[in-house]
Amino acid sequence: MPARRDSHSPSGKSLPERGLLLLIVLVLLQGSVLPLGAASSPDTTHNDYVDNPQEKEENYTKKAFPVLTLNYQYIQAPFEISLWILLASLMKLGFHMIPRLSSIVPESCLLITVGLLVGGLIKLAGEDVPPVLDSRLFFLCLLPPIILDAGYFLPIRPFMENLGTILMFAVVGTLWNAFFIGGLLYAVCQIQPANPSILHKIELLPCLLFGSIISAVDPVAVLAVFEEIHINELLHILVFGESLLNDAVTVVLYHLFEEYTRAGTVTVLDCFLGIISFLVVSIGGVLVGVIYGLLAAFTSRFTSHVRVIEPLFVFVYAYMAYLSAEVFHLSGIMALIACGATMRPYVEANISHKSHTTVKYFLKMWSSVSETLIFIFLGVATVDGPHHWNWTFVTVTVLLCLVSRVIGVVGLTYVINKFRIVKLTTKDQFIIAYGGLRGAIAFSLGFLLKKNLFPMREMFLTAIITVVFFTVFVQGMTIQPLVELLAVKKKQEAKRTINEEIHTQFLDHLLTGIEDICGHYGHHHWKDKLNRFNKKYVKKCLIAGERSKEPQLIAFYHKMEFKQAIEMVESGGGFKLPSAMPSTVSMQNIQPKKPPPAKPAEKAPSQLTKGREEEIRKILRSNLQRTRLRLRSYNRHTLVADPFEDGFDDLLIKKQKMIELEKKIKDMNNYLTVPAAPPDSPTMCRARLSSDPQSYRAKPESDSVPTFQVDLASPQSPDSVNVMDEFRRAGQQRGGERREEDQGLMMRPHKTGEGADGKDPQKLTRCLSDPGPGADEEEEDQPFLA
Amino acid sequence: MGASQTRAEHQYQDLADKTGFSFEQIKNLYQRFQQLSGNEETISRANLDSIPALANNPIRKQIIGAFFDKRNQHQDEVGSCDQIGFEQFLMVMSHFRPPNLRTTDEEKEAMRKEKLRFLFNMHDSDNDGTITLAEYRKVVEELMSKSGEIGQETAKAIADAAMLEVASINVPNMGPEEFYEGITFEHFEEILKGLEMESRMHIRFLDVDTSTMRCGKSQS
Repeated sequence: MPARRDSHSPSGKSLPERGLLLLIVLVLLQGSVLPLGAASSPDTTHNDYVDNPQEKEENYTKKAFPVLTLNYQYIQAPFEISLWILLASLMKLGFHMIPRLSSIVPESCLLITVGLLVGGLIKLAGEDVPPVLDSRLFFLCLLPPIILDAGYFLPIRPFMENLGTILMFAVVGTLWNAFFIGGLLYAVCQIQPANPSILHKIELLPCLLFGSIISAVDPVAVLAVFEEIHINELLHILVFGESLLNDAVTVVLYHLFEEYTRAGTVTVLDCFLGIISFLVVSIGGVLVGVIYGLLAAFTSRFTSHVRVIEPLFVFVYAYMAYLSAEVFHLSGIMALIACGATMRPYVEANISHKSHTTVKYFLKMWSSVSETLIFIFLGVATVDGPHHWNWTFVTVTVLLCLVSRVIGVVGLTYVINKFRIVKLTTKDQFIIAYGGLRGAIAFSLGFLLKKNLFPMREMFLTAIITVVFFTVFVQGMTIQPLVELLAVKKKQEAKRTINEEIHTQFLDHLLTGIEDICGHYGHHHWKDKLNRFNKKYVKKCLIAGERSKEPQLIAFYHKMEFKQAIEMVESGGGFKLPSAMPSTVSMQNIQPKKPPPAKPAEKAPSQLTKGREEEIRKILRSNLQRTRLRLRSYNRHTLVADPFEDGFDDLLIKKQKMIELEKKIKDMNNYLTVPAAPPDSPTMCRARLSSDPQSYRAKPESDSVPTFQVDLASPQSPDSVNVMDEFRRAGQQRGGERREEDQGLMMRPHKTGEGADGKDPQKLTRCLSDPGPGADEEEEDQPFLA
Repeated sequence: MGASQTRAEHQYQDLADKTGFSFEQIKNLYQRFQQLSGNEETISRANLDSIPALANNPIRKQIIGAFFDKRNQHQDEVGSCDQIGFEQFLMVMSHFRPPNLRTTDEEKEAMRKEKLRFLFNMHDSDNDGTITLAEYRKVVEELMSKSGEIGQETAKAIADAAMLEVASINVPNMGPEEFYEGITFEHFEEILKGLEMESRMHIRFLDVDTSTMRCGKSQS
């Protein structure tokens, strides 16, 4: 069949495959349309169950045993939910199989279109469209994952640096939008000259309410669109932060106007109370979030024995924060953001690497599915919802939204720029204004309106949907080409380097110092105070074990090493440096050429005679033999490409053990007795027994040439903590207190000769680290990863 | 008051031209200078040392040293002095001025170079034009100095890795025999170009006179 041959085409996405996919989708749709539409009311089901027993008792006739029965109602609800989710995910897959589509049209548009199609199909099938965008479902199930994902991974530094600007846009901007749109809409509605239309019946308060619903920038839509255009960090955080923080304003305005619609008037007192309410809602929401965040951080401190449920704590605490805030009508979104942002630094220090990955991927997965579902449901609800199209109302709304956004942004920027250091240019303002997308939150809020209070509900809904469609389709599709056209700065793809990190910290301290010398307490002073408070008290409570004292720079450094290790592993080991640093520079080039002048006498190994060296080597060899065997058993061809196995932690343990051992050797340069390892603790036994096929890199000796280092001070498991303690205790008993350079284990590539002075200590330390069967074997073992 | 006023203004005009501060800012800084020096003409290291808030700063010594470093006076002198007058004080402070809307791109570039130069001088303590490995290690160690034992051990490794990074970014194709002397100013600029120094390295200098020296409304 010609089709078969086609399927081997290079693109791999040939017509038959697409056709197959489409067919599957259609079948699913058909299959789903019937049950989704069927929506058999629970009452009838219940009646069935009630009736049946009675029937059975009255006339029981024996039928043949039913081999195959059909009971759809039993699984209906979960089935439908799963079907929707499956549909959404298949759609997402489908879009990416069509090559050029995803680059022209943002995903959100496509999903809404699909939703429209599905809704249309259901309507065609004659069934009732299920109320998918039910507000409870939306606010309790679909929205939280997206917000939590955003809050947990919120880049704190740019957010805090721009907090003033963001708050201005969120609070003042939204207020301005709400009143401008609501007021002008009311005015427009009133000016119908001759023929009295229904518009006249709309009063001021419903208009204002409508204005407040439609004025809020939507985080879901912003995320969906901005993620694809890769805009620079500043603009991204401004628009996104605004969309998150304007929730409080929306909540207050919504409730305020809804409350008083019945009364018909709003007094000054009400306004004043509204302001107080705003403060309560926002600060209360943040407080709730922070409390739950701290609880989560505290809980994670003790999870070292039950690592598998660590991610659960993150999710459940955050969700509880959201729900608790919603109980009191506080801002649930702000609670979620605060919770995520608060708990993150502490939780990440406590949980294992696997849990961290789990949290990350679950959050991404849930938020992705949620987002997809929201857009599809928007489409479906559009087809379904009772519509009342009124040309004037709708067009004026759309127009006013645009105009008020532009005026708001320009006006606010003018004021803000007086206080900012990095001023916002016109291009920036344009993007901020253009990025003010409305989305499903507005729709759900509109859906919540009660019909009896708001006779114009349908018209409102129609207008809201139109605005949402307009912003998502028109603005969403055109923002990418506009960004290109205006040559707006894009996101820097460069990875953060350790030099930048060092200097960021350095700058922080420097600026704090200068501020102190100047004598005025500016941002840096308070930031520094907060950091010190954090380090001194909070971290001790919330972070388990040694890591509570770990300075930020070291944490960053470990993370980088870890990443490098992963990269190395994934590239299959070998002599190549990671692609990030495609250079031939190695530590060798940096070290001073001359060996350091006369070392202090502590480097006693140089005083030992060859014979003694041999003895020590032998003894060490036997002690470290077993671990050595492990190392030998590894070579890069049998590399297991997953350093996340538990063994990695053991690897760290063993390495630490060896470092400690060497330290003691150094201390005891005059004895011949080699300190025995402390009696095998259970942890050590466990460590030895498990396999460790991992890549292994050692810390550099100060004058030698390691090319890669894995540092250990970040215990990922309780074992390593215990081991360190054990050794520390053992070490202290022996009394070696001299502070010496940490001579890590080394696997060095073939290095050129060093000065004669350096030979002896090098040799000994080499053998300490790398005791091999042959005393004169080549200097280096198989360098695992050069 | 006329005569003394104009004299002061003359002085300030001079300083304003050299450093770019406004009169208000210079006045405020002068008050602070008087406070620090105990109404003397010059301040010494001890005066700066005695600021209580600085006690918690891990790089205190470097910061104080920068004030007395002649290289930061833009007069092509090297070495350090023991006492500095108000003008020198202002010169050092001028490194921390932020750019404003009217700063052109070349001016921003010049500002950035100046600020980076200041940082470079802080690291390059022996003034040989490069930051050697030893000096860089010292920098990282000082940064970690308030972090206790854990910091000290890893500081060296971090400094080494950072140096490696600088070398591989700037001189990627070094043979195994070559030796990377140290970070020159150009390399320093290269590795920090992502940080946008001209906007990050600033503090808000007060325009409004605040005799209580508290953080008031700041406009810069």
